[in-house]
Amino acid sequence: MAKANIVCRCEEVEMKEIREWIARGYDTFDELKRELRIGMGPCQGRGCRDIIIREIAKATGKTIAEIDPGTMRPPVKPIKISLLAEDAER
Amino acid sequence: MDFPKTADIVIIGGGIVGTATAYYLAKSGRKNVVLLEKNTVCSGSTGRCGAGIRAQWGLELNCRMALRCIETFEHLDEELGHPTGLNQGGYLMVAYQEHEWAQFQKNVQVQRKCGINAEVFTDVKRAQEICPGLQVDDAIGFTFYQRDGHADPFLTTFAFREEATRLGVQFCKFTEVTGLKVKGDHITAVETNKGTIECENVINCGGAWAQEVARMAGIILPNWAERHEAIITEPVEPGVCPPMLMSFSGNYYIQQRPHGSIIAGESPAHDVMTGYTSRVESIANVAKIILKLLPRAKNIRIVRQWAGLYDMTPDAAPILGETDVKGFWHATGFSGHGFMLGPVAGQIMTDLLNGQKPFIDTTIMDYHRFERGEKIVEPMVV
Repeated sequence: MAKANIVCRCEEVEMKEIREWIARGYDTFDELKRELRIGMGPCQGRGCRDIIIREIAKATGKTIAEIDPGTMRPPVKPIKISLLAEDAER
Repeated sequence: MDFPKTADIVIIGGGIVGTATAYYLAKSGRKNVVLLEKNTVCSGSTGRCGAGIRAQWGLELNCRMALRCIETFEHLDEELGHPTGLNQGGYLMVAYQEHEWAQFQKNVQVQRKCGINAEVFTDVKRAQEICPGLQVDDAIGFTFYQRDGHADPFLTTFAFREEATRLGVQFCKFTEVTGLKVKGDHITAVETNKGTIECENVINCGGAWAQEVARMAGIILPNWAERHEAIITEPVEPGVCPPMLMSFSGNYYIQQRPHGSIIAGESPAHDVMTGYTSRVESIANVAKIILKLLPRAKNIRIVRQWAGLYDMTPDAAPILGETDVKGFWHATGFSGHGFMLGPVAGQIMTDLLNGQKPFIDTTIMDYHRFERGEKIVEPMVV
């Protein structure tokens, strides 16, 4: 069996899938995120973002600097519900 | 593909309403349909929504539309050839106030007439059978309808997009509408940052931005954008929250996606807020709500929070139909229910554009109703 080349380890997304969806026109980080869940897992894209941006750059002929890295959202690192609840205002 | 110079129908907005409308128009045989999206498909309100789908409404009109939507979703994966992530764990609606509970019981009568057989009960143990570990001793009543639930807004919208593309619809992303041309009383063209498209019909599916688009043709809509926030946790074992758990007076919704993440949100006080800023107060409030309702979730970690915009109307009901500018149509103002009603809105708009009668009378959803002092009074809205 051929070894899968996993790019997003949190959501187990393979390079093959990323290339397929880029070829279908989903050539921004946010579109790939929404279709494949890359960057939505516990690491929030720390592991896969650079690799995917490089793939988009290759496919679109743009430089890496021209690729929108997508939105990073709070709380940046996973935080337990019980800890966050301590700060509730009501 | 080259940027189109002409089109029969231009759809503005790549959310669920726009993409579903594109699909159903193409399926009905309409050609030269173009969809314009100022960012990317599903980048606005649809992709930020709570993703609930429910038939439990209070007005017959809404019950019939919502039931049609559930029926549509039940066959959508097969029809579109792509998964939509439908999960029919039911909606468990929780009443904490007497007037709310009285309203729920009235609603159920209307729902039964439409073929929606929701369960009505006051026993907390029954609620805990549906949602294990649920702490709702302060609640006074519940309704539950198993066919309700949630789907994946991204996958659903992309499924419509993929199938619409296959049927010939041209999608233009990063294409912002900058003007609408009207000659006499008829729309003639859409101006964008990429060029002008001459066209017969324009459908405004602009969601929270629909008001700005309408104004370009001199149509004034009373809509406004209202910011709501949500959170998602890391994926955990299924069964933490099997139904869509929801309460108007409790001000919350909580659901668990099939892949394990829990999505939850609360509603802010009603005021006009725009932008996508997330507030630390919101994540803390939602965490506290989850902790109270589902204490065993205390060690689950929240990975992300975000905000999205409800496209509100004065009666929280949509605006559907043609405007005083002929050929300029609206499917907007879904007031937080665009995802669940989007596929049916697409079917209705397709019937209207094709000169056919939709399965419900849409004249009541005319945008002039507000000037006439009419309102669609639906009790089951946030």
